[in-house]
Amino acid sequence: MSCKRLFSLFILVFGLSGVVNSTFAQSAENHENAPAEAAAPAHEEKKGINITELVFGHVSDSHEWHLFSLKKENGEERPVAFPLPIIVYAHGGLKVFSASHFEEWHKDADGKSISNEHDGLYIEKHMKEKILAVDGSKVYDFSITKNVLSMLIGVALLLWAMTSAAKKYKANTAPKGFQNGLEVIIIFIRDEVARPNLGSKYTRFMPLLLTIFFFIWINNLLGLLPGGANFTGNIAVTACLALVAFVVMMANSNKHFWGHLLNPPNVPFLVKCLLVLIEVMSLCIKPVALMIRLFANMLAGHIVILSVICLIFIFALLNVYVGGGFVIVSLAFSIFMFMLELLVAVIQAFIFANLTAVFIGQAMEGDHSEEHGHGAAAH
Amino acid sequence: MDLLTPELGLFFWTLIAFLAVFMILKKFAWKPILESLGEREKGIAESIATAERVKAEMSQLKSENEKLLVQAREERTTMLKEAKDMKDRMINDAKEQAKVEANKIIIDAQQQITQQKNAALTEVKNEVGKMALDVAERILRKQLNAAEGQEAYMKMLAEDIKLN
Repeated sequence: MSCKRLFSLFILVFGLSGVVNSTFAQSAENHENAPAEAAAPAHEEKKGINITELVFGHVSDSHEWHLFSLKKENGEERPVAFPLPIIVYAHGGLKVFSASHFEEWHKDADGKSISNEHDGLYIEKHMKEKILAVDGSKVYDFSITKNVLSMLIGVALLLWAMTSAAKKYKANTAPKGFQNGLEVIIIFIRDEVARPNLGSKYTRFMPLLLTIFFFIWINNLLGLLPGGANFTGNIAVTACLALVAFVVMMANSNKHFWGHLLNPPNVPFLVKCLLVLIEVMSLCIKPVALMIRLFANMLAGHIVILSVICLIFIFALLNVYVGGGFVIVSLAFSIFMFMLELLVAVIQAFIFANLTAVFIGQAMEGDHSEEHGHGAAAH
Repeated sequence: MDLLTPELGLFFWTLIAFLAVFMILKKFAWKPILESLGEREKGIAESIATAERVKAEMSQLKSENEKLLVQAREERTTMLKEAKDMKDRMINDAKEQAKVEANKIIIDAQQQITQQKNAALTEVKNEVGKMALDVAERILRKQLNAAEGQEAYMKMLAEDIKLN
């Protein structure tokens, strides 16, 4: 239900922006949805859209939440964006200030956007935003970026939705509405993910699997909102989730698992060396596979939708009527892609939870004597 | 490739947020939800088992009822039969008794009749004897009034004595 609403909102916003853009396309500096573009001086690009920058500006993290750009009377573009707090550890101290201090941008020789200097720091924006120190020293960036804020919104939604659903269980009445839908998913995770992979010890891992599933799903969906952040399509996020899964897997591995991994029985010595090498590699590849799978899927989905939308502007630059006509094609295709992404959002969340269960299950299988010894980290 | 290098800050915040969400949801959402789901499933399983048991009990009860009904019917039949037998017997007994009683009455009546007849006969005999004596007296008196009558009588008496 909420997906449907989301979806119609998406169509509305992109539909409107498409129409508006194709109408005013001939006035060249039309760079809606492009923070990098919008910030660049108008006279540098007369009749082209830098698609790479536009797309990557959207899928990568940012220190401000860009909504759209307004054109002033003198032809200059003013981006409308929320500046976000910047928290950095640089020059041997913690610095907290607003991103609105970086407001003047220019392009350097490599085509990178460089901001003005503030407190010995500046932002370099190419495919990604980086905070650098003027003196070249190391900067540790812990800013509440667009992705972090999007995640916090997702987390707040998740906490609110789940705790309010949990409260209804205390009333001990027949389930209805949201509670009913939630129950179907929880039972699905329990019966199709946890039980087949983890056997009798599945209850211990249910909270982890449920949290992984809902955390990824809600953030996937938030990323699909127009103007939303590409949170789950960021490798730092997927790396973090994969690390959690890997740590739980290691904490629950048993002697049997390590015995088979480091000393495979009934194998000649040379083959054994090779086997152990391969096994250790495959062990390391497991979290990497988890990380790459979610990252690549979400990133690719975002890039495809953005590219399809960009086609409108590319054609509009050739001819306003062609651009107008292409709105229909482009919209149809992006609607299709959006539907697909809605599906991918839940499928990827399910796959991540499922593979986590599979890996934990592999690490615990075989030996049943140490059932109570491990698993402290899972709690 | 820029996109493939994870940012430290985002990694840090994600880790903290994920672990916090995990802890909070585990305590306040997943635990109560999973517990009540388990309880509900257990409750449903128990209800089904109870229903089965009740059903079995019901069918057992039903068969028992039928058995009882059959038994009751048999009992009724035997009771009816017994009652009929008793009635017949009572009627027969009454008849017998009546017959005996009637016979007794008849015999009594006959005896009484015989008795009274005898009594009557005796009375009649006595009466007749008295009357005969009376007559004889009167005759004798008349005859004995004359001498020859006395003589004749005395003779006759003497003859009687002789005869004895």
